Amino acid sequence: MATAAVSAERETYLNKEYGIRSWLLTTDHKRIALLYLASITFFFFIGGFFALLIRLELLTPAGDLVLADTYNKLFTMHGQIMVFFFLIPSIPAVLGNFLVPMMIGAKDLALPRINLLSWYLYIAGGALMMYAMVEGGVDTGWTFYTPFSTAFSNTHVVEAGLAIFIAGFSSILTGLNFVVTIHRMRAPGMTWSRLPLFIWAHYATSIIQLLGTPVLAITLVLVVLERTLHLGIFDPNLGGDPLLFQHLFWFYSHPAVYIMILPAMGVVSEVLACFSRKRIFGYGAVAMSSIGIAVIGFIVWAHHMFVAGISLYAALVFSILSYLVAVPSAIKVFNWTATLYKGSISFATPMLYALGFIGLFTIGGLTGLFLAALGIDVHVTDTYFVIAHFHYIMVGGAVMGYMAGLHFWWPKITGRMYPEWWGRLAALIVFVGFNLTFFPQFILGYMGMPRRYWQYPPEFQILNVMSTAGSTILAVGYLLPMVYFMWSLRYGKVVGDNPWGAAGLEWKTSSPPPTFNFDEIPEVTWEAYNYDQIPVPEEAWLE
Amino acid sequence: MWLFLATEVMFFGGMFCAYLIYRFWYYPEFAAGSRSLNIYLGTVNTVVLIGSSLTVALGVRAAQMGKRKLLVILLILTLILGLAFLGVKAVEWHDKYVEHHIPGASFSVADLVREYPQLHIDQRHAEIFFSLYFAMTGMHALHMVVGVGLFIYLTIKAWKGTYGPQYYTPVELGGLYWHFVDIIWIYLFPLLYLIDRKPLK
Amino acid sequence: MHDEAHVMSTRMYYGIWITLMVLTVVTAAVSFIDLGPFNTIVALSIATFKAILVVLFFMHVKYASEKLTKLVIISALFFLVLLLSLSMIDYLTRYLA
Repeated sequence: MATAAVSAERETYLNKEYGIRSWLLTTDHKRIALLYLASITFFFFIGGFFALLIRLELLTPAGDLVLADTYNKLFTMHGQIMVFFFLIPSIPAVLGNFLVPMMIGAKDLALPRINLLSWYLYIAGGALMMYAMVEGGVDTGWTFYTPFSTAFSNTHVVEAGLAIFIAGFSSILTGLNFVVTIHRMRAPGMTWSRLPLFIWAHYATSIIQLLGTPVLAITLVLVVLERTLHLGIFDPNLGGDPLLFQHLFWFYSHPAVYIMILPAMGVVSEVLACFSRKRIFGYGAVAMSSIGIAVIGFIVWAHHMFVAGISLYAALVFSILSYLVAVPSAIKVFNWTATLYKGSISFATPMLYALGFIGLFTIGGLTGLFLAALGIDVHVTDTYFVIAHFHYIMVGGAVMGYMAGLHFWWPKITGRMYPEWWGRLAALIVFVGFNLTFFPQFILGYMGMPRRYWQYPPEFQILNVMSTAGSTILAVGYLLPMVYFMWSLRYGKVVGDNPWGAAGLEWKTSSPPPTFNFDEIPEVTWEAYNYDQIPVPEEAWLE
Repeated sequence: MWLFLATEVMFFGGMFCAYLIYRFWYYPEFAAGSRSLNIYLGTVNTVVLIGSSLTVALGVRAAQMGKRKLLVILLILTLILGLAFLGVKAVEWHDKYVEHHIPGASFSVADLVREYPQLHIDQRHAEIFFSLYFAMTGMHALHMVVGVGLFIYLTIKAWKGTYGPQYYTPVELGGLYWHFVDIIWIYLFPLLYLIDRKPLK
Repeated sequence: MHDEAHVMSTRMYYGIWITLMVLTVVTAAVSFIDLGPFNTIVALSIATFKAILVVLFFMHVKYASEKLTKLVIISALFFLVLLLSLSMIDYLTRYLA
């Protein structure tokens, strides 16, 4: 295996070939991961920009920054871009693409050219979405509810719908690639029960991507057809049922939230184990709970429709099922906590994000249970309570998981270490900013402030001001890593194969890895998370 | 390919879900709409498509056995049958156009209302049947077109001798796709054409 | 996802094809007979049987050595059934009063 220093002669995936063609026509999963990293970061900041505009408008009770119609477009674009062009791809397309082959001891994914096609589909969808935005945006809410989206909205629903349709195929192909790879390309000795939990998480995520996204695809097609050809399947004027749209839409979009959170849970498992120097407690339970979340996640969708007009009996069924889906998530939280117990804990940046994840995801998850109760949901649905709930999971959970993963694997990906103290500072800023932004929203929602409203009664102003203040702090917390990650590429400390002393095959090759990942394919004879056999690293960043 | 076909099951599944719900709600209109479809052309199309599945399956076998000429002939036959299917479909759609059964501005099922007074047809609900009819057969036809393109590619490659017992994966994968599109039609046929053909009292 | 070079006989292929043809004609003909609610059940059962024949024989699943193939097919069908059945729970119970 290659030793520490990045010498000019040692070939890595970064210096194997230069030039834009070698990047745009690459089939190397690691380069494709970086292509995704650049693109989703771009969309993250666009979505974040819309969020800031929303928060700015909500500083005052009156609608004084933008017009009402513009405000509708702001929250729609924020949602669509963040969900479809940032969160859904984020961890799988960046960290998953980079690490799945490495973690199982393979040279690349099973279908490298399909992987590249995936990225191009994402870019095509993204470009069409940008076009829709520039041409005036969409104002239907990210949920495209009919009949507004099909019959009444005057905005670019068709373009946005098609953009998401195309990006959906990117997601499907990524999932397909991962399933085939994990089944077919594990190194000798890498049995299913020795797989890192990151892999189990991505496998479960891929199942959802494969089986859920097509339903969104057909739903968007039907919306586009109804809007352009006036087909009339969702049109109440013809006896069509607007709720049918919601059933079909949420059949995908609820499992979609598990696409967003499962990979983050996978990251958290890896990070927690490393910075407690212990194996994950209850490996089997955590692995099976990933699959459990994926499957049960498909049968709870109508909890988004409790007050929309579904029958009471259906609502009862979906309410009970929604309680069921919390069980595997809770199993994970308990197992992670047990992992920490009597571990040798160190508070490196990835660990700070992972610990933050556990706390914030738990709050988000528990408030989800509140929402699953019909009696409470009737009161707080379509209020800021719901917004706070899902942001706790998606930002406090998924994004923090993504940040943990980026920091943890950054030295592997680039061969450089980011500045640790800046990393910890940014993590802290994110944590504080996040809670200041979203905790007041639970209270606002409970007090009755509706979501998607551009004006509000004056008594809600203080909490809104707190929330906006928090959002600016959060923005700083996200900008800092942009800066120091870029800085580290040139000035960061050069690292060896395994700066964290972590378990996992990806740490047994050089940083950055060679193009085909391993000089020789390893043969695995040890269990996952064999921290009893790995010495604590000597480098100073774990002080 | 099987994983991709699983995604296609869910893709068409969304439309089957819509169909199921509206058939439950608007059975009389669905029955009337179904009767207005030409059962003979539908049956012919089913026969044609199943025949093309046979030629595809025999083609894969020919590739397995290294019989290049036979493979090419079978692939061309598949193409011919596939195009025949699309041709019949076009005829059926034209009929629908003439009868004003295409949803949109000139939609009218006055003819069905007259023909089946006992069903008390609501024109708007009938429009939903036809919307689903065109959406489902349209999506199916689109998949057929993609299949035709795929098979043109396979035929050319087969002609050049690319496939043999050592390597016939693309033929097999193309075959799986084609069979899947056939299976979708096997369900569409009874669901759209055979809802209620009982002799009326 | 290959099955090992199991080559089916042409007789088998033609046999399946004839069966499918017969079933097609039967399903069309039966639709003209009044069986009450059974018309739909018969039509869908025949369609399902035809689909099973195509999957097992034309698509070679009967001779596939891969367990994964069968798992994928069953999963897809399972989730489709979930979509259809859980949606129907709403539609069947909406206007009960």
